Amino acid sequence: MTPSGALDEGLAIPPAPTHHGELETALRAGRDRGRKLLVPYVTGGLGDEWVDIVRAVADAGADAIEIGVPFSDPVMDGPVIQAASEQALAGGATPVTILDRLRGIDAGVPLIVMTYYNVAFHAGHQRFASSLAAAGVSGAILPDLPLDEVGPWAVAADAADVETVMLAAPTAPDDRLPRIVARARGFVYAVGLLGVTGERDSLASSSLTIASRVKAVTDKPVLVGVGVSNAAQAVEISQVADGVVIGSALMRRVLEGEGPLGAGAFIAEIRAALDAG
Amino acid sequence: MALSEPSASGRFGEFGGRFVPETLVPACEDLERAFRSAWGDPTFRDELDSFLADYAGRPSPLTECHRLSEDLGVRVLLKREDLNHTGSHKINNVLGQALLARRMGKKRLVAETGAGQHGVATATVAALFGMECMVYMGEVDMERQALNVFRMHLLGAEVVPALSGSRTLKDAVNEAMRDWVATVESTHYCLGSVMGPHPYPWMVREFHTVIGTEARAQCAALLDGGVPDVVAACVGGGSNAIGIFAGFADTDAELVGVEPAGGAAVGRGVPGVVHGMRSYLMQDEFGQVQEAHSISAGLDYPGVGPEHSFLSSVGRARYEQVTDAEVIDAFQLLSRTEGIIPALEPAHALAWISRDRAELAGKTVLLNLSGRGDKDVGQMMEILG
Repeated sequence: MTPSGALDEGLAIPPAPTHHGELETALRAGRDRGRKLLVPYVTGGLGDEWVDIVRAVADAGADAIEIGVPFSDPVMDGPVIQAASEQALAGGATPVTILDRLRGIDAGVPLIVMTYYNVAFHAGHQRFASSLAAAGVSGAILPDLPLDEVGPWAVAADAADVETVMLAAPTAPDDRLPRIVARARGFVYAVGLLGVTGERDSLASSSLTIASRVKAVTDKPVLVGVGVSNAAQAVEISQVADGVVIGSALMRRVLEGEGPLGAGAFIAEIRAALDAG
Repeated sequence: MALSEPSASGRFGEFGGRFVPETLVPACEDLERAFRSAWGDPTFRDELDSFLADYAGRPSPLTECHRLSEDLGVRVLLKREDLNHTGSHKINNVLGQALLARRMGKKRLVAETGAGQHGVATATVAALFGMECMVYMGEVDMERQALNVFRMHLLGAEVVPALSGSRTLKDAVNEAMRDWVATVESTHYCLGSVMGPHPYPWMVREFHTVIGTEARAQCAALLDGGVPDVVAACVGGGSNAIGIFAGFADTDAELVGVEPAGGAAVGRGVPGVVHGMRSYLMQDEFGQVQEAHSISAGLDYPGVGPEHSFLSSVGRARYEQVTDAEVIDAFQLLSRTEGIIPALEPAHALAWISRDRAELAGKTVLLNLSGRGDKDVGQMMEILG
């Protein structure tokens, strides 16, 4: 009896479907119009106003919105998203309650769920993928599910037409990036720096490097996230990338008590800066 | 069956794997390559063996417990990992990993710790090899294991409290992983148990196999038939257990892992994915990881190493649970009958032997005494008044 003889599911990675899903179609259309793409992140289930915050950032010019489904052990997240996740969980948020609210949200832009793999694994790949699709969610980001392990989830997500966004890290060697972008749907999430999510005083030079390395190997939309903290940094990185993901900078404001109005204003400010170039 | 190498994706059956952020994948691949190369290199093996002998004090003795055995009606042998330098089995693994880190050109070690034994061991080898060392430890554990915190400071390590979640071992692992994500180019994550992403569960097992190898030879010299009826060890992540199981997996000996009732991943968990691995995991109906509750900081963990999940699923090892109260009794029992104050962790394994002594009557049980109890004396003073 040797484990090595067992089917090694970790090694089978199905090719990504060739058609563009709703998320990738929308992002490509935005890019084709000459627009820089803006994807804010909102922690689902945080307080009473989170749905209004989602609508507010949609109205403020988001091209798609990441909805965080909080997990107990968010290893890719820094203090702000950790605190938002803990508060949401303490308030009783679950994947079911969050997806129930999303079903009726009508934000007008594609929604992407950002959570950790165990949430999908525990629910069952097929069941979780179907529940996302049923709630009108177009994409999924699972930051602790690397390319090598994505197979079983990707099969279920592809079948439900949920686009699995892949992350490209600064540490990825040159021969790994083409494999990552080939499996990416919706967009490629270029990780801007070595580290967890959170605001930084200045844009890491690694952001520009990873953005241009990824752009060189794909025509899929390339968005940079992790460490993109304000309008100026968003503009700077968008010289190279197709756009940005803004998470901690937005959620810090929400945790500090800024409601939908303040959240919308912050995203509108970044939108305006990106549009002005 | 002997314990075997995991599959190419790091699996023991369905358990294991490498569920880490993309940022860490190349580092895990580098580590796997470096370990394979070092483990096959006689120069590396000789160097590690000489540190294990001349620095850690191996081989550790096998002690026959005459008074305890008479008391229980069970013949109990102790593998004395408590007599290693730094007071536990943890030194075996950290010497291996520190030598490997040096070979890979990494000069900074990060580690998580629960009871502080792995943190102390890591701080020790960092001092020995002139490396920088940062240890993450749950705030709750820093309080109940204040002595080990001070030891780490003495050894020149920085100890950083993990303030999130349950503020115990699980959260210390989260913080260590977050550190590693940010510092991966210069830092080796010196993981303290047979858990985490591939190659850690396999590599850490290999570094602890010395326990089982020695014990097998010692039992062969001592016992008619050469092997004990039962090999028992406590299981949090499961490193001391897998180390001693490795020496007896290909024999008829029954392998028994003992978990705390409040942190019984094998006994009460279902398969899940956290900290880089798929394994049995205590979680709620939505996959949120539950907090463990145990008197022992070293076993206060809701998951378990993937090879234990595998051994349980195929029936090669079985996993028992004991309560804090049973552990407190066993802690005192060994102290009074043998003059050995055990750490609270291996006291779990003795608690099982003591509770189930009727079932074990007349048998020979080899217990891995993974650490000494000095660190727990303060906590026990409060409990026993």
